[in-house]
Amino acid sequence: MPDSLTKFIFGRLTWDSLPLHEPIVVATFAAVALGGIALLCVITYFKLWTYLWREWFTSVDHKKIGIMYMVLGLVMLLRGFSDAIMMRLQQAIAFNGSEGYLNSHHYDQIFTAHGVIMIFFVAMPFVTGLMNFVVPLQIGARDVSFPFLNNFSFWMTVGGAILVMASLFVGEFARTGWLAYPPLSGIGYSPDVGVDYYIWALQVAGVGTTLSGINLICTIIKMRAPGMTLMRMPVFTWTSLCTNVLIVASFPVLTAVLSLLALDRYVGTNFFTNDFGGNPMMYVNLIWIWGHPEVYILILPLFGVFSEVTSTFSGKRLFGYTSMVYATVVITILSYLVWLHHFFTMGSGASVNSFFGITTMIISIPTGAKIFNWLFTMYRGRIRFELPMMWTMAFMLTFTVGGMTGVLLAVPPADFVLHNSLFLIAHFHNVIIGGVLFGLFAGIAYWWPKAFGFKLDPFWGKVSFWCWVVGFWFAFMPLYVLGLMGVTRRMRVFDDPSLQIWFVIAAFGAVLIAIGIAAFLIQIYVSIRNREALTDPTGDPWDGRTLEWSTSSPPPAYNFAFTPVVRDNDAWWDMKKAGYVRPLSGFKPIHMPSNTGTGVILAAFSVALGFGLIWYIWWLAALSFVCLIATAIGHTFNYHRDFHIPAAEVTQTEEARTTLLAAQG
Amino acid sequence: MASSATTAGAEPVFHLEEEHAHAEGGSTMLGFWLYLMSDCLIFAMLFAAYGVLGGNYTAGPAPKDLFDLDLVALNTAMLLFSSITYGFAMLTMDKGRVAATQAWLAVTGLFGLAFLSIELYEFSHMIHEGATPQRSAFLSSFFTLVGTHGLHVTFGLVWLVTLMTQVARFGLVEANRRRLMCLSMFWHFLDVVWIGVFTFVYLMGMLR
Repeated sequence: MPDSLTKFIFGRLTWDSLPLHEPIVVATFAAVALGGIALLCVITYFKLWTYLWREWFTSVDHKKIGIMYMVLGLVMLLRGFSDAIMMRLQQAIAFNGSEGYLNSHHYDQIFTAHGVIMIFFVAMPFVTGLMNFVVPLQIGARDVSFPFLNNFSFWMTVGGAILVMASLFVGEFARTGWLAYPPLSGIGYSPDVGVDYYIWALQVAGVGTTLSGINLICTIIKMRAPGMTLMRMPVFTWTSLCTNVLIVASFPVLTAVLSLLALDRYVGTNFFTNDFGGNPMMYVNLIWIWGHPEVYILILPLFGVFSEVTSTFSGKRLFGYTSMVYATVVITILSYLVWLHHFFTMGSGASVNSFFGITTMIISIPTGAKIFNWLFTMYRGRIRFELPMMWTMAFMLTFTVGGMTGVLLAVPPADFVLHNSLFLIAHFHNVIIGGVLFGLFAGIAYWWPKAFGFKLDPFWGKVSFWCWVVGFWFAFMPLYVLGLMGVTRRMRVFDDPSLQIWFVIAAFGAVLIAIGIAAFLIQIYVSIRNREALTDPTGDPWDGRTLEWSTSSPPPAYNFAFTPVVRDNDAWWDMKKAGYVRPLSGFKPIHMPSNTGTGVILAAFSVALGFGLIWYIWWLAALSFVCLIATAIGHTFNYHRDFHIPAAEVTQTEEARTTLLAAQG
Repeated sequence: MASSATTAGAEPVFHLEEEHAHAEGGSTMLGFWLYLMSDCLIFAMLFAAYGVLGGNYTAGPAPKDLFDLDLVALNTAMLLFSSITYGFAMLTMDKGRVAATQAWLAVTGLFGLAFLSIELYEFSHMIHEGATPQRSAFLSSFFTLVGTHGLHVTFGLVWLVTLMTQVARFGLVEANRRRLMCLSMFWHFLDVVWIGVFTFVYLMGMLR
């Protein structure tokens, strides 16, 4: 075949693009491929494809989409954690002249992929999944405002994850760190596909995130049950609202800044170049204008989870509901006024640095108010030490330490010493693991029975809990010490042998966390196996307070047979106290949205478009773009997107629950 | 609103007896507003980038060497006219007159097309003079800001043609009215952004 034709068909994709010279990657690929083939075979053998396609992939049910987000987050957690433990091992052994086992080319990709995956494809799907599942149930709605858009958003997130995963086996990932600062990420210093994978993976996923943000804001504003005023919304719904406002008001900035970087790389413009008037520091400013709100996007919903868990397991109304809401809103606003603290050393001058240092420190006030509210909720409560409550208490201890080191870093002179050091790494893992991840585990343990109708096994949950918590302290406290001694981040080899012991301790912590993850997976497996024993027919296993506990577990497709009327905060608690009697007759047909495969198809074209752009396969990019637009337009010609669940079917579902409840006595 | 527990008048109401249907498309306008605001942020970013880089000519051409204000004024007029005619389309839509609505939409589309053509002519003229997006950071940010706006107009035109087809096939049904409202907001939004471009890029550029 002539060279030009090959180049036309395959762009810059060649046999050399497959990393066959990297034994670690080849072994990983073999494992992933075998596992994948095995999974596909199992699905085919049990003839599950139709079921998966009809009931899950094309579903517009917010509960199923929420669960799929959680599965995505869990799968990507395994990938992101593999990167983490590889780094810990490398740093623990690369002393005394040893090069470790990872070359710099590979190591740089690993720390970049770890950051990107953990933020965009672990934390974000987990958080979005939780909001998707819980928010409509908490506000007494039957679905989100735009059910099809919800399905589409999910598949776009999956599309981004697929592109990141593809970079492991076809070509390479960025070697720039997770925010890809230019000029390093410019075409001059990163001519390979790595940064392009980064750009297009995040652009594809970013579309999904922005749309899902718009969707959930509309849902919360427009779909609340009658009587649920804003100040009667559950705190988790409040924090979700604030998070989605942050998403809609910050992700477009990421989209724009990555587009400019793409233009620099593809067209040869000069936004962030060193010559022709470009300004690399503008990239740093712009990306952190997205990046700082992003950390609050991640943590706010979990603050909501802790609020729900604390009040439920203390058997008390949340202390200081109003102050909790205002604290959340204040954090939402302040999160836009602190971005410059990520680069105090850029040289903005003392006045600017002082301003951003002070705004950063002010954030600790509403956050502190929240911590005190949780403590006062627990005070004189009848605390039940179930798994969600344990995670919450571990959070309060761990997160507070992370918050304090954050305030320390907010002091510009201190930051000049500690910036880019392992102290910073320890700080943000302290808040992200101690806050976001612990919160997610609390949320998963709390709402699992709602999603599936049986509780999670407490024994393996506790094993996972202790391994995670202890492992976290072992893994990251040494990093604080090393950071104070001046060790910078992203190092592959070390000269000073006295540092090694700290890295060994950190690696030990990472192993404990690995056991924690394994225990979590075992917990899920054991719980599914013992689901008969762990079953919860009541739909209200924790003596809950908010509306999601008023319906069955798992909830029917329509969530609520009748739209609830809310009279107070903690609506379900109020209903139980006021002698609520479950209605047994008079059911009406229920209007619901229909499933559609368009979201999957659109996301598939987006992945093809991204792949074409990454590898300069222009025909593929153009073709998939045209298909994308055509499919989207074609979808708008479908005017029949809903159906009615007949009253007889509703009656049947509700009677089944009546029988189940009667069997409980 | 009737209670399930109707045994006594004072009994608390816990749910609605009647099907509580949220109006079809009841969230669409809010959702589209939110989308527009997120799009507005993208433009804000591009304006900011132009503000930072707009003076970096790097010994290349400056606004005064490139911009032809007469042409830009004509272009602005095209877009402003298209907004007015879209307004007429909405007025006729309210009266339920399909043919008139379609006609005004077509006129809107023609004005939009004229705007795009003039913009493309301006771009090609600049590129022929060597003022390419690669020449300087000023030109990079100029082409990106104005080009992104032009790209939005292009998508608006595709959308307009799609909606005209749908109105022709299905008439001014509720869903189509809602869609025309959304496109209306989108179209006027692009007009507002263009006012910013005209003022901030072209007029103030000539003063530099």
